[in-house]
Amino acid sequence: MIPLATAHLKGPHIDFAGLSPLIALLGGSVLVLIVGLLGSRWIRAQAVPSLSLGALGAALGLTIWQWNAQKSIVSGALRIDDLALVLNLVLIAGAACTVLLAWRSLAAREAAHGEFHALLLSSVAGMSLLAAAQNTVALFVGLELLSIPLYVLCATELKREHSLESGLKYLIVGSVGSATLLYGLAMIYGATGTTDFAGIASALSNGSLATDPLTLTGVALCVAGLCFKSSIAPFHQWTPDVYEGAPTPVTAFMAVTTKVAAFGVFLRFFDVALIDTQVSWGPALAVLATITILVGNVGALGQSSLKRMLAYSSVAQAGYMLAGVVVSTQLGVRATVFYLAAYLFMNMAAFAVIVARERQTDLGDSIGALAGLGRERPLLAWPMTISMLALAGIPATAGFMGKFYLIDAAVSGGYTWLGVAIVVGSMISLGYYLPVIAAMWMREAPAATSPNDASVLAPTPGPLPALAGGSSELDEDGGPLSGSQPEVLVVAVLAGAATIFFGVIPQPLFDLVHGAGSGLGLF
Amino acid sequence: MPPLSILLWLPFVCGLLGALASAVLARGGRTNAEASAGDASAASGRGAWGAPGVVALVGSLVALGLAIAYIADYKSGGAALQHVTDTVWISTLGIHYKLAVTGLNVFLLGLTTLLFAVATLAANLRSWERPRLFYFHFMLAESAVLGAFLAQDLALFVSFFDLMLIPFYFLIGGWGREPGRIKATIKLVIYTLVGSLLMLAAAIATGVLASQQGGGHITFVLSALHALPLSSGSQEWIFLFFAAAFLVKMPAFPLHGWMPDGYRAMPIEVLMVFSGVLSKVGAYGFLAIVLPLFPQAAVHFQTLMLLIALASILYGSAQAFSQTDARLIAGYSSVAQLGFITLGIFSLNSQGAQGALLQMVNHGLVVAPLLFIVGLLAKRTGGSEDVRQMGGLAFRAPVLASLFLVVALATLAIPGSSNFVGEFLILLGVFKAKLAIAIIAFSGVVLASVYALRLFIRAMHNRVGPSADSHEISILDGAVLAPLIAVIVFLALYPQLALHRSERSVKAAVASVQASTVPAQTVARVISGPRVVHRSATFADSVRTP
Repeated sequence: MIPLATAHLKGPHIDFAGLSPLIALLGGSVLVLIVGLLGSRWIRAQAVPSLSLGALGAALGLTIWQWNAQKSIVSGALRIDDLALVLNLVLIAGAACTVLLAWRSLAAREAAHGEFHALLLSSVAGMSLLAAAQNTVALFVGLELLSIPLYVLCATELKREHSLESGLKYLIVGSVGSATLLYGLAMIYGATGTTDFAGIASALSNGSLATDPLTLTGVALCVAGLCFKSSIAPFHQWTPDVYEGAPTPVTAFMAVTTKVAAFGVFLRFFDVALIDTQVSWGPALAVLATITILVGNVGALGQSSLKRMLAYSSVAQAGYMLAGVVVSTQLGVRATVFYLAAYLFMNMAAFAVIVARERQTDLGDSIGALAGLGRERPLLAWPMTISMLALAGIPATAGFMGKFYLIDAAVSGGYTWLGVAIVVGSMISLGYYLPVIAAMWMREAPAATSPNDASVLAPTPGPLPALAGGSSELDEDGGPLSGSQPEVLVVAVLAGAATIFFGVIPQPLFDLVHGAGSGLGLF
Repeated sequence: MPPLSILLWLPFVCGLLGALASAVLARGGRTNAEASAGDASAASGRGAWGAPGVVALVGSLVALGLAIAYIADYKSGGAALQHVTDTVWISTLGIHYKLAVTGLNVFLLGLTTLLFAVATLAANLRSWERPRLFYFHFMLAESAVLGAFLAQDLALFVSFFDLMLIPFYFLIGGWGREPGRIKATIKLVIYTLVGSLLMLAAAIATGVLASQQGGGHITFVLSALHALPLSSGSQEWIFLFFAAAFLVKMPAFPLHGWMPDGYRAMPIEVLMVFSGVLSKVGAYGFLAIVLPLFPQAAVHFQTLMLLIALASILYGSAQAFSQTDARLIAGYSSVAQLGFITLGIFSLNSQGAQGALLQMVNHGLVVAPLLFIVGLLAKRTGGSEDVRQMGGLAFRAPVLASLFLVVALATLAIPGSSNFVGEFLILLGVFKAKLAIAIIAFSGVVLASVYALRLFIRAMHNRVGPSADSHEISILDGAVLAPLIAVIVFLALYPQLALHRSERSVKAAVASVQASTVPAQTVARVISGPRVVHRSATFADSVRTP
């Protein structure tokens, strides 16, 4: 009987090839978690990060293998197209940088390495899912898979109050954002009767649904929810606190990859599913983008904490990228994706330097930790300089090309004033990027700084009570963190070099993002 | 002739090589330069002559040689663009890497390379902390400025225009004078980049709107944009954004706020090129980009620009004879001189524009030695650049005094100098355009002699100043001044050299503006090529030096 039944039952066709990058990430996550349980300290500190790098490498290889696939998988819930694949590349690169930055970090050690990396990988899987989502259910599942591990990751420095506060704050605000989004999605489902993006688009295109109050309320709630996630003003207030409190490698991860995933959704949901209501959300998003650019750039002025400064700067950058969503043209999509890639390099260079300096000085992420860096450690000072110049949009950096492309898209899409808002934002941004460069090259190192004296980093001297959930290793020793840290230097130098390279020879990156725009069926 | 890219990138490569080579050489011990920095700066005067400085000097000299070759090779009657290099840089955005020598930039190339060569020599006469980085930024600056002059693609021009500020940011912030060096440098960069970024938006809009109108693929090549004129509404706001960038860079009167602090903070060698060359990029931008691309807007805003120019002349002159800091006297005199140049450009006729172009070269040639001499004077008054501390310096330094006199007389545009020809042409042009403004502008000529002679007399003559201890100019310092003064004298005798070569391009630039006042059909024909512009060979000849 049983063999007969199986012969007749036809399960849904599963395209394992299309799913393979996701499988690699989730499989890697489980594997890392299990290996992390092994006793040897070496295995936990070295093998676990190596394994997660391996999982990311496998996902990268499988993504490249799927190139030009253009297919829908999981009964149309996900779509593997150029946009998804390019975003996947950026996500994986960002996650790989994070693994390297976290290799010797306190956060990974306190959270027990296995758990830290397992959470990281599953968050990347969520982002990858989000970048390919084709219906509102996949969208929401991806978003939660992305967010929940991040709430935990923010709080992984168990003995630092700010880290815990950051995790809690992110959890509460993030949940509000998710709830808002879910409510909005439900309303759109109520109005159109489908969860499918293409279905929503066709339902909105015929009939008066596009101006239906239920639809519009749903769209507004979705905007609010996604703005929470991608820290767009006025929904950005959590960003500086969370970025500052979270362990720096996690901040780097959040700053870069969540932006990539959130903008992937923005592009897919707004420029595909809701394209026929563009007249109602276009101007609203344009105004939000302008507010975001101003609020982010003005907020960053005068910040003495580098992480806080970069948090506000990331708010501003989100505003720039939103301009590419607003115009809803192929050019806009390409410009946004190009900027996301440039954003990865620029931010990773900056965060790598912050990580390195946090371990070398007792000044934490304050701007003073960079004083005299140009003389002392030019290999760290140059990437930071390049990163700051690129974020400000100086020529010969990828940031300049990105802004150029975004302004080009804005002007072509009839939003010239948004292009002007972008340059006005860049002007304000000079007020906080330039002092960072000045600190590195034009100030003397403070005499009190003692490089490599990391013992001060141990939060409180003396034996600490064992923490529930903390790794036993931490309770064994809270000793000095590091001497040399070649992997951080590698991230900084590579990201800095890539920023310059794609600023001088941007054509490869332009070619890479070219297909991303064509897949969405826009003009 | 070698391709223009060699001229463009040679300084940068030399700066990079100098930095890398000496970094490798210094591997063995702590660097020579660093060790010598302490005692050498105490001895002051005897230069360092380290590897980075020498490599930079060689690079800048070769660049100067190349530029002279391009001037000699320039055919006044030839094509509008000569020695063209044109490859696609970014096909997606329609940006070309297009360089060319034109009548507008050929002498500015000479000026740039000359001033950089001289300033590099001057820089070699003293020792710098972190010399590798210093010369790297210095040479990067030369390449960026040359790039801005050579670029024949709007996006490329904007890139170089923005880029050239970055090395100066480092040079001022890293090697500037206390107090207030960091504040001054941030102020300077924010001021100038605010203008440049507005220009970036305007430039992108120009490319996009022009190609939308033309219906073709987006392009930023100047000649292609020239053929696709924008509507006058777009031209107007775009013009204002470009004008903001160029006026800040010059600097012109209401936008000069960065100038006093910036001038005070800059090392004199850096200030020589900054004041001599960078201000010209702004004026060049008006002539090479704004007039041909936005002719209707140029006509529309002519009076506004002339009034700004006039205000700069009067304000700059008034400040120049009330300041006591010799550097600021030079700085405010530049504001006045750049006012004259703007005046000439916006007379919107070929005499005024030719005079402006000649005056750009003249001003660069005059202000650089003036600043260097201010530096020399400071060495003779215990480091003070205040004219109240100077006086009677000529007595023990007759050669220095006579060199200074040549420069001062050229600054005040004494008849016989090339500056006189330049100012004469400018005023002639304005006279034709707006009589009232020309009459007021004449007072600027008088004021120039007041502040130039006041500086000379208070420094070199009068009673010996409280901390003055004069001595004769050294051979090496003389070697810095000699080429500049030689060129000043040469141009005084033979200004036609510059006028001949620039005439055609200047007329072509102005022609589009003049055409914009006649009906649209003829515009297209006049703009479409310089062949329509009749060349009157007699014009340049008619300007004889008295």
